[in-house]
Amino acid sequence: MTPLLQVKRIEKRYGARIGCADVSFDLYPGEVMGIVGESGSGKSTLLNCLAGHLEPDAGQIIFDTRADGPVDTVTMSEPERRMLGRTDWAFVHQHARDGLRMSVSAGGNIGERLMAVGDCHYGDIRDKAIDWLDRVEIDEGRVDDRPTAFSGGMQQRLQIARNLVTGPRLVFMDEPTGGLDVSVQARLLDLLRGLVREMGLSAIIVTHDLAVVRLLADRLMVMKDGRVVEAGLTDQVLDDPQHAYTQLLVSSVLQV
Amino acid sequence: MSEYNFAYLDEQTKRMIRRAILKGLAVPGYQVPFASREMPMPYGWGTGGVQVSAATLTPEDTFKVIDQGADDTTNAVSIRKFFENTADVETTEETEKATVIQTRHRIPEAKLTEDQILVYQVPIPEPLRFLEPRETETRKMHSLEEYGLMHVKLYEDISQHGAISTSYAYPVKVSDRYVMDPSPIPKFDNPKLEMDAIQLFGAGREQRIYAVPPHTKVVSLDFEDYPFEATKADHPCDLCGAEDSYLDEVIMDDAGNRMFVCSDTDYCRSRRAAGHVGRLAEEGAA
Repeated sequence: MTPLLQVKRIEKRYGARIGCADVSFDLYPGEVMGIVGESGSGKSTLLNCLAGHLEPDAGQIIFDTRADGPVDTVTMSEPERRMLGRTDWAFVHQHARDGLRMSVSAGGNIGERLMAVGDCHYGDIRDKAIDWLDRVEIDEGRVDDRPTAFSGGMQQRLQIARNLVTGPRLVFMDEPTGGLDVSVQARLLDLLRGLVREMGLSAIIVTHDLAVVRLLADRLMVMKDGRVVEAGLTDQVLDDPQHAYTQLLVSSVLQV
Repeated sequence: MSEYNFAYLDEQTKRMIRRAILKGLAVPGYQVPFASREMPMPYGWGTGGVQVSAATLTPEDTFKVIDQGADDTTNAVSIRKFFENTADVETTEETEKATVIQTRHRIPEAKLTEDQILVYQVPIPEPLRFLEPRETETRKMHSLEEYGLMHVKLYEDISQHGAISTSYAYPVKVSDRYVMDPSPIPKFDNPKLEMDAIQLFGAGREQRIYAVPPHTKVVSLDFEDYPFEATKADHPCDLCGAEDSYLDEVIMDDAGNRMFVCSDTDYCRSRRAAGHVGRLAEEGAA
């Protein structure tokens, strides 16, 4: 099987400081990869490099495109990369406000990606928007409301709907549950897990919440100071941490 | 004739503007940045249009200015006087006789010919501005032809009002490539954008010039199930009886009386001169 995404020795520096360095991994179709680490460990930098928001200083990111097979997204042309960003990739921001158009109705938010790939039948777009609202458990009566009228959890679910409507194959998530209270978090995680399994999505989830990766991720990478210190199956890493930092991380989780 | 250089601007500036105009004509619908000069009028009064007109006019030209279709409103009168003073060109109110027509927010009703140039005053040249405030991002969207956002605006219209309620500055796609703001003309005028004359658009404050060459394909954006419609008040002109012209609604009193008149004053005048009479024309004359 060809990996969906092959990351080879990615490095991003901010001047003399390291954002992330020497990160390599393969991600297979349907697999969910978690990236954990404390703040400043380079998780988000890595994710932004992978999603094409930042340009890495070295390394290759090879994505298995539908049309041309494996292609290095670092060297591909910008229109192609942005096209991937609208079709095969999705990016869920930590703050829904970064990923939504706050002045556009929920339906318009979901429809944007459809219209961006050339859909121009109003009825179809609206039907799909309503269908997706339903799938993320938002009442379809709210299709014409703006996201400003939504609660934090609803905004986050709307952002997910907006991203998944074009049927992407790879989803990047940056702390998708950050800033939500625990019961809302639990529902969102349930929803995400359902969608990931149902659509056969591959996902890369950056978080500092170990419970999130325990629930969602098949594999786990632990980052510290811009480098991967430990990687492996989620349960294996969390239950039997080898690296001193991972041990510290696992033991710092508060038990209720 | 005053002490000004012909048509107010110095020759270097006019050359710079002409270069922008030529580039605009070569890439229909593309917004060409230019070094907009300060003009002796406030921004929003047609500084862009005036600079384009100044760079376009020759001493042999006949110049016409309209403001919302009318020749006799403040903006039109003062710009006409400005060029009478600084360029000493012939001016006219008759659309057919003019070679250069500067317009604010209308296209004349009379069909324009290949010998004419239509200069638009543009307040905000960027059709994506209200959806995407970042200039860097809108430029990228234009260069990569990412126009999905334009349809989001139309989607919002339909979801809120049941129909595309954008009635002026209706976005168009020029020559299958660039999405362009046709300046705030009513969408009634959109089908006329495919014409024989050269169309130049000048935005002074925003420092952009763009153009539509003659016989260029201009398509108004729409949805398959909500097609574009050129709308006007469903009424004939009360002065000249025209049923095919764009109308202004004029409130007559506080008892609900109103009249509809052609917004193109020259078109209305010439029709009345030819003997056409509308509902209120005789009372008005009496």
